Amino acid sequence: MYNKKIIQHFSHPKFFGKIKNPDVVGKAGNPRCGDLMNLYLVVDKKTKKIKDIKFETLGCAAAIAASDMICELVREKTLDEALKVSFQNVSEGLGKLPPLKVHCAQLVTEALKDAINKYK
Amino acid sequence: MSKPKIYFDYAATAPLDANVLKKMLPYLKEKYGNPSSIHGFGQEAGRAIDEARKKVAKFLNCKPSEIIFTGSASESDNLAIRGVIKAIKRKKQTGERIHVVTSKIEHKAVLETFKDLEKDGVKVSYLPVGPDGLINLDDLKAEITPETDLISMMYANNEMGAIQPIKKIGEMVAKINKIEEHPIYFHTDAVQAANWFNLDVNKLGVHLLTLSGHKIYGPKGVGVLYVKEGTPILPIITGGDQEWKLRAGTENTAGIAGFGVAVAKIRSTKSEIRNMTSLKDKLIKGVMEKIQGVKINGSRNPETKLPNIVNFSFLGVEGESLVIALDQEGIAASTGSACTSTSLLPSHVLIAMGLSELDAHSSLRISFGKYTTIAEINYFLKVLPRIIERLRKISGR
Repeated sequence: MYNKKIIQHFSHPKFFGKIKNPDVVGKAGNPRCGDLMNLYLVVDKKTKKIKDIKFETLGCAAAIAASDMICELVREKTLDEALKVSFQNVSEGLGKLPPLKVHCAQLVTEALKDAINKYK
Repeated sequence: MSKPKIYFDYAATAPLDANVLKKMLPYLKEKYGNPSSIHGFGQEAGRAIDEARKKVAKFLNCKPSEIIFTGSASESDNLAIRGVIKAIKRKKQTGERIHVVTSKIEHKAVLETFKDLEKDGVKVSYLPVGPDGLINLDDLKAEITPETDLISMMYANNEMGAIQPIKKIGEMVAKINKIEEHPIYFHTDAVQAANWFNLDVNKLGVHLLTLSGHKIYGPKGVGVLYVKEGTPILPIITGGDQEWKLRAGTENTAGIAGFGVAVAKIRSTKSEIRNMTSLKDKLIKGVMEKIQGVKINGSRNPETKLPNIVNFSFLGVEGESLVIALDQEGIAASTGSACTSTSLLPSHVLIAMGLSELDAHSSLRISFGKYTTIAEINYFLKVLPRIIERLRKISGR
């Protein structure tokens, strides 16, 4: 069902957990679908670069892998650059999510957008 | 050390029994005749089907002529429902409605069939269930009207194991049919019950009963529908005269022969049920001791619960990720959490029992079978706490 890359990010995510004093927390998902995501960001005030990022995701294996992938993709990027990361980029980063799991990539980009919009 | 292979998903399908396979093989090889042919090849195959039919009839305590072999339990459910409704409809005056009663926790083969028939004007009453997964007989009584044609109620639920009072419903139907001119026909999907209970159709008081081959250590691709003599029914697959003209198509000889052996091997003795119950109790005790924030979904009363199915909800853990994580440890289980773009909604069964959406998404179904061992349960209990802890850290809950 899942490729090795997805399983790798699901089994050994690098970016999971809380950040104690984040600059902003993005949220996405709803209990109906069983996916809930919190995305914690620390942003450098001068450069507007994402200095630290972590996630907490209640969701399926693809949602957890996608959460890890978005963190990997946007860390050290400026907020404007990060906004350009699409759900397709997340899916491709994972060696393509199965078509039925593409909504998991949308979930994580929504959480990121939520965080950035709140920060701005 | 190589990864173990532990199968806790017997409610999804069961492995093929060695004796069943042995019986099947000649019909996939040299005994390949078409059972409808009048020559020796055909007759040889025909005899295998007759033999299997007798075995199923013995199991259900009915006549062989009341047994129809189909391609799956889903097909049997469809034949029971669509076939009976089709026959009744033809007898009705135009404008007369068909009314059926079922429950909210039926297998999709029943539920989706009724949903489809609703679009053609069939009136369907869906009975609710309590947190124990059981329907209330008074609710059923209240739904039955003089126009009611059919009741379809599953014997034992595949997701959480609740056992419905089929015999009592059968008695109720018999009583009504004695007084009322307009008969009610009663169908039960007994797929999950077959390994455990006496399915004497006369004692149950059913007109139609569905069985599946691969849930009883038989082959996939074979189902059975029992149809009581005199029940109005028409085929939904038309063509040749096979299966008393109720199911056209060249018979799956090997599958049917295998079904016969599988059904004859069912013992469902008290000691078997006791053994299974003690394995299940060991699992529940172990999980409750080792893990906080766990709920058991459905009845805990052994009288109304299958001995081989447990449905847990692990708070703060999503079911699909739990199934994948268990799979990585070599353990096969399943969940009522759907997470696909076509359906994000969790199990209709768990929701009907009153679970919150999050709890339903957190569900894990463990289902045991005749090859399950204590050692497998111990291994599961060893790896589960670590997995739950990890997934809860990831979810932050």
